[in-house]
Amino acid sequence: MNKKLLNVCNLKSKVEAEKILQGINLEVETGEIHVIMGPNGSGKSTLANVLMGHPEHEITDGKVEFEGENINDLAVDKRAKKGIFLSFQYPQEIPGVTVENFLRTAKTAVTGENQSIFDFKFLLEDKMKLLDIDQSYADRYLNKGFSGGEKKKNEILQMAVLEPKLAILDETDSGLDVDATRTVAEGIKKLASDDNAMIIITHHNQILDYLQPDYVHVLVDGKIVKTGDMDLAREIEKEGYAAYKPEKVEDYKSAKNC
Amino acid sequence: MSEKTQVEDIDRSLHDTKNENKYRYKSEKGLTPEVIKDISREKDEPQWMTDFRLKSLEIYQQKEIPDWGADLSDLNLDEIIAYIRPDADLQSDWDEVPEEIKNTFDSLGIPEAEKKSLAGVGAQYDSEVVYHNLKEELVEQGVIYMDMENAIKEYEDVVKEHFMQLITPNDHKFSALHGAVWSGGSFVYVPAGVKVDIPLQSYFRFNAPGAGQFEHTLIILEEGAEAHFIEGCSAPQYSINNLHAGAVELFVGENASLRYSTIENWSRNMYNLNTKRALVEEDGVIEWVSGSFGSKVSMLYPMSILKGKGARAEFTGVTFAAEGQYLDTGAQVIHAAPHTTSTVNTRSIAKGGGKAYYRGLLKATENAHHAKATVSCESLMLDNDSVSDTLPIMKLETDDIDIGHEAKVGRISEESIYYLMSRGIDEEEAKAMIVRGFVEPIAKELPLEYAVELNNLISLELEGTIG
Ligand SMILES: Nc1ncnc2c1ncn2[C@@H]1O[C@H](COP(=O)(O)OP(=O)(O)OP(=O)(O)O)[C@@H](O)[C@H]1O
Ligand SMILES: [Mg+2]
Repeated sequence: MNKKLLNVCNLKSKVEAEKILQGINLEVETGEIHVIMGPNGSGKSTLANVLMGHPEHEITDGKVEFEGENINDLAVDKRAKKGIFLSFQYPQEIPGVTVENFLRTAKTAVTGENQSIFDFKFLLEDKMKLLDIDQSYADRYLNKGFSGGEKKKNEILQMAVLEPKLAILDETDSGLDVDATRTVAEGIKKLASDDNAMIIITHHNQILDYLQPDYVHVLVDGKIVKTGDMDLAREIEKEGYAAYKPEKVEDYKSAKNC
Repeated sequence: MSEKTQVEDIDRSLHDTKNENKYRYKSEKGLTPEVIKDISREKDEPQWMTDFRLKSLEIYQQKEIPDWGADLSDLNLDEIIAYIRPDADLQSDWDEVPEEIKNTFDSLGIPEAEKKSLAGVGAQYDSEVVYHNLKEELVEQGVIYMDMENAIKEYEDVVKEHFMQLITPNDHKFSALHGAVWSGGSFVYVPAGVKVDIPLQSYFRFNAPGAGQFEHTLIILEEGAEAHFIEGCSAPQYSINNLHAGAVELFVGENASLRYSTIENWSRNMYNLNTKRALVEEDGVIEWVSGSFGSKVSMLYPMSILKGKGARAEFTGVTFAAEGQYLDTGAQVIHAAPHTTSTVNTRSIAKGGGKAYYRGLLKATENAHHAKATVSCESLMLDNDSVSDTLPIMKLETDDIDIGHEAKVGRISEESIYYLMSRGIDEEEAKAMIVRGFVEPIAKELPLEYAVELNNLISLELEGTIG
């Protein structure tokens, strides 16, 4: 049985004095894969960050519910503990902190259970194999000196280890070569189950061909202007976003109760 | 995990217990030649030392308090009692150390530490050493490790030849003060070719309101000798300003190798104005490990004088200044011979309005050709109120020297904190991780128990950072 995981209602946000999100409605149930596409600067990463709880983004209206609970004011780490995960478009470099150490700390924090060094090593090894990441990366400093593609793979490795309920992948496929895209897509597919859900932000269809999403949303100027399925993604690939002006918003699930 | 031994001092509440003071002798406030003579008489010193003290006092009275670096105007030197002798004689058996004093040391884990990994323990209680011991095998090899007071009596010639030759009373006001009122400290002598493979350790600790601490450490390594000396410091918390003006003189012979490690963790009212110097002969090596935590004010610039051809100095330092602290620290290296090399690697951290400065000196004399110096110092500020900066000074009399210099000053990144928190790690731990990562290049060079201690101290300093 699918159950409602995320419910976003009329969500508006601003950063500094800039209004970015202009009333987002989005419902995600377990077992679903949602795709968000949209032109550069339309607010995709902003939506991801607002869902994750970035302190610089302020919610000015609307609400975010996770498993039925309003999380508008919940701190970032608490959201992660509830099972929300964001694969960053631009992951931070943290010098001096090894991937393994960091992930063991994170796993301990998220599960609330101590991770034995030994068991965790095996778990990590396993996930690294799954994503075709060289074992030596466990001892490297987090993202430090990683290539663009390596950083993205590392994000998915984190997701594989932390096993979130809702994973938001912000352009994880950008910067990956053809083979890496396949590996990562297959990895993501293995992680997808009836108990979790994913929101995938992308500009490319290659990854979508692997993942077979349930919904494709088009985000323009801080609003979801159209929702469809894979056909919509293909259409956009051919025609671009010119046809989607925010004035023509045909509100996705506009009748929804907020 | 390693067991903590020599550097157990992390729980400040443990350190901040103070015993009721019982003093056999307490000098009057302020300094006069009479006070100095009393001190010297009480210690039953040779005349040359009495004269040296009096000469130092004269210099002290002429010297001005430094007008650079930290603000020392709150320091009332007249209020600082120069000499306090604890109600205990020197003991070589732990059982005979008075109960009260023992309790304080017990809480620092000293006898434990000694049993496990230490060659000898010199524990300074107020101004005099009350406990001293050295493993027998070292004694058989001719290694001497004892308190300075007794060293003057038993090894007068050696002490006289070296005492305050590297650090002289003329250097600055506090070296002059030290010369006048020094008391306690350790004397180490390692004969030619002897390698001491277990670290020698001392604990300095003071326990009297207003008391200054002026211990003198003198270490002499003959040709080809090797040793590691660990200085452990902590002091109970008092409301009256306290002064620490010790002196450390290290003589590293040809081909000898000395590592001198300190993680200082003073109570927050302490003025730590310590002077440390090493003189290194041909192909000798001095390695400094220096952690500066605690204190109200620290001004500490260990100096390595590379006197012999091919001599080498390595300095590794971490300084952490929290609220109300002004820590001005750095390494000084003087290349005074050809083919000498030095590496300085430091990290400064400031939080809660604390001030952490790196002030370093790199000097090369005319004949220091083919010398090589590498300096890397980085600062990290944890908030907008804190101040951290690097102030390296270079004085080069030759251009035939290879210098690598890197200085970075930065503030902790909010995006990095957000990134770590998005993986479930709370804000405090996220900051601690970033700070630990910042010092990691240094920590990984340290012996394990030091690295663990450093991490513990950092975590302790970061507790309650939020809000
Ligand atoms: N911290 C910020 N301060 C000011 N403006 C911001 C900030 N973050 C985002 N913006 C602005 O918000 C708008 C949306 O940015 P966002 O990063 O969400 O776009 P995006 O849809 O992810 O674009 P892309 O496809 O290029 O990744 C942009 O105009 C951007 O400049
Ligand atoms: Mg984006």
